[in-house]
Amino acid sequence: MSSVATTQIKLTPERSRASVRSRLQDALPKIVLAPSFAITIVFVYGFILWTIYLSFTNSKTFPSYAITGGRAYQRLWRWTFDTDPPSSWYTSITNMGIFGFLYILICLALGLFLAILLDQKIRGEGVLRPIYLYPMALSFIVTGVAWKWFLDPGLGLEQTLHQWGWTSFHFDWIKNKDFVIYTVVIAGVWQASGFIMAMFLAGLRGIDGEIMKAAQIDGATTFQLYRRIVIPLLRPIFLSAFIVLAHLAIKSYDLVVALTSGGPGGSAWLPSNFMYEYTFKRNEMAVGSASAVIMLMTIVAIIVPYLYSELREKPR
Amino acid sequence: MLRKLLIGTALASGLAFAAHAEDVKEVQMLHWWTSGGEAAALNVLKGDLAKEGYAWKDVPVAGGGGDAAMTALKAMVAAGNYPTASQMLGYTVLDYAAAGVMGDLTETAKKEGWDKSVPAALQKFSVYDGKWVAAPVNVHSVNWLWINKAVMDKIGGTEPKTFDDFIALLDKAKAAGVTPLALGGQNWQEATMFDSVVLSTGGPEFYKKAMNDLDDESLKSDTMKKSFDNLAKLVTYVDPNFSGRDWNLATAMVIKGDALVQVMGDWAKGEFHAANKTPGTDFLCYRFPGTDGSVIYNSDMFGMFNVPDDRKAAQVALATATLSKSFQSAFNVVKGSVPARTDVPDTDFDACGKKGIADLKKANEGGTLFGSLAQGYGAPPAVANAYKDVVSKFVHGQIKTSDEAVTELVKAIDDAK
Repeated sequence: MSSVATTQIKLTPERSRASVRSRLQDALPKIVLAPSFAITIVFVYGFILWTIYLSFTNSKTFPSYAITGGRAYQRLWRWTFDTDPPSSWYTSITNMGIFGFLYILICLALGLFLAILLDQKIRGEGVLRPIYLYPMALSFIVTGVAWKWFLDPGLGLEQTLHQWGWTSFHFDWIKNKDFVIYTVVIAGVWQASGFIMAMFLAGLRGIDGEIMKAAQIDGATTFQLYRRIVIPLLRPIFLSAFIVLAHLAIKSYDLVVALTSGGPGGSAWLPSNFMYEYTFKRNEMAVGSASAVIMLMTIVAIIVPYLYSELREKPR
Repeated sequence: MLRKLLIGTALASGLAFAAHAEDVKEVQMLHWWTSGGEAAALNVLKGDLAKEGYAWKDVPVAGGGGDAAMTALKAMVAAGNYPTASQMLGYTVLDYAAAGVMGDLTETAKKEGWDKSVPAALQKFSVYDGKWVAAPVNVHSVNWLWINKAVMDKIGGTEPKTFDDFIALLDKAKAAGVTPLALGGQNWQEATMFDSVVLSTGGPEFYKKAMNDLDDESLKSDTMKKSFDNLAKLVTYVDPNFSGRDWNLATAMVIKGDALVQVMGDWAKGEFHAANKTPGTDFLCYRFPGTDGSVIYNSDMFGMFNVPDDRKAAQVALATATLSKSFQSAFNVVKGSVPARTDVPDTDFDACGKKGIADLKKANEGGTLFGSLAQGYGAPPAVANAYKDVVSKFVHGQIKTSDEAVTELVKAIDDAK
C-alpha cells in the first residue's frame, strides 16, 4: 500500500510539471506570434480603419475628427469624368489601367518565354538565370533613374544612335505626355520579368518528365506539348505571379517619381502619386485618404476572389 | 535619448525646479539645406550661436528634400516632440500656428525692431494673430532673367524692356542657332515663369488681384487669357527636350552658353557662383521685362515652436541671430537671396544682389511686393498646386487654348479653396 501511495505522491508533481511544460509548448507559438500579430492589427488594419475614417472628414494639413460627409469622394467622382482636359485623378486611374494591364501581361508573357528558353537544358544556365533575376534586387529608384537617363533623348539611346550615324532615329516617349506611361511599363517590365521567369522556371522543373515523354511518344509537337500540357500545368504559378505583379503594379510610386518626376503636366501619375501629392503636398488629407481607400478597394477586388478560391480548396 | 528620459522622470517626480534652473544650451533645427552652398551659408549661423554658447543639433531627415522634412515635422509635432525651429515655407507656418503649436517671439521682435525692418508682406507669414511665430531668413524673388553675356554679345542683344523686346531678343538667339530659352518642364518651374508673365502682362494691380486675392473676375479676364497666350509664345522658344528637366540643368545650359536666358528665381545665381562666374562680365541679371519696380517674392522662414521653458532661451538666441544684420548679410551673399530686413547694408553683395536689395526696398515702400503663387506665397498649397497643374497642362498641351486655360484655372482654384 505504502509503496503505491509513494508512487502516487511522486506522480502528481511530475504530471503537473509535464502539463505546465506541454501547456507552455502549446502556447509558445502564440506567445511568439503575439507581438507581430498585435503590430499588424494596429499598424495595418488599425490604420486602414483610420484612413477610411479620415476620408469622411474635412482634414486638411492635420487630421480633423469631425465627420463631415463624403465630399472627398464626391470630388473624386466628379474628377473621374473630367476628361478634357484630363483631371489628375482621371489621368491617374487611366494610367493605372494601362500600366497595370500591360505590366502584368508583358511580365507574364516574357517571364514564361524566358523560362521556357532557359529550360531547354542549355549550357551556362547557372550564369544566365541570375542575370535575368538581378534587376529585381534593385530598388525602383535605381531602375527609374537608370531608365530615365537611358530613355532621355538628349542623353541616352537617341543621342547615342545619332552619334553612330542613325540621325533619323527618334524616340522621345519619356518627354511625350501621351506615351510617358509606356516608359514606366518598359522600366517596370525590365525589373520584374526576371523574377517572374524564376517563378515559371521553378514550376517547369516541377513538372513530371514522364508526362512529357508520354506526350512525345503519342506524337505531340513541341508547340502542342507546351500549349496543351505544360502551360495548363503551370496554372498555380500563373495565379501566384499574377498576385505578385498586381500588388506591385498598384503600389508603384517610386518608379514614376524617379523615372518621370510625374511626367509632362502630371501625365505619368498613378493613384499612389495622386494620394501622396494630395495628402502631403496639397494638404488635402481627406481627398488623399479617399483615394487611398479606393486603391484599397481595387486590391480587395483582386485579392478576395483569390483568397476565397484558396480557402475553399483547403479542406479537400 | 536616455538622458532626456531621465530628465523627464526627474521632472515628473517633483524636481522640476532643479531642471528649470538650468537652460538647455542646444538648438534643435529641422532643415533641408544640405547642399554645398546652402550648408556653407548655414554654418555662419552655427558659428554665431556657438559664440553665445549654444550647440547646434540637426534633426535628421531621411531623403533630404523639403517634402521629406515636412513629413518628418508633421510626425514630430504629432508626437509632441517639437524642434526648436524648423525651416518652413509660406502657408505651412500659418497652418502650424493655427494648430497652436508655434511659440511666441513678440517680445524679442519688439526689442529687435522687426516690425519696422521686416517688409510688411513678409510679416503676413511670420506673424500670426499678432504674435511673431517665425523668423524670416531671406527674400528670394522670382521675376528675374539670367542671361549668358557671351551669347548676348554675339547676337548683339540689349536689355529687353518690354515683353515684345523679349520676344525679339529670343528670335535673335534662335536665328543665331542657340536655344533661346532654357526651361525645365516641371510644373513649378513653368508656373514660376508664368508668375512673371502675369505681372508683365497685367501689371502690379492685376497680379495682386488675380494671384494673391484670387479674384474670380481677374482670373477669367482677357488679361489672364493674354498672359496664357504670352506664355504659349515663350514656350515656342524652348528646346524639344525640356520636359522634366531639373532647374539647375536649365541654369547650366545658360552657364555653358548652350542657351541664352533662363527665367528663374535668384537661387539660380548660386549656380553661376558655383561655376565661378561673375555678374556683369559672364552673366547678366535683369528683371523680367515689364516687371521692373515690382518684386514677386518667396522667403525661407525659421518657424519657432512652442518649446518648454528651459529651451526658450536657446530659441530666442536662434531667432535673434537669424535676424541679426551680420548674419542676414553673410548668409544671403552666399545663398543668392537678399536680406529679410530692409536695413542691412549691401556692401558685401554683388551687382545682382545690390539690385535685388534696392528693388525690395522700393517694392516694399511702393506696395508692389507680391507673394509668388507658384512658390506658395500667393495662396495656400491646395490652390497653388491647382494653379501649377493648370499652367503645366497648358504648357504640355493637355489644355489647348488660352480660353480653356482660363476656364480651367477658375474651376481648379474654386475647387481647391
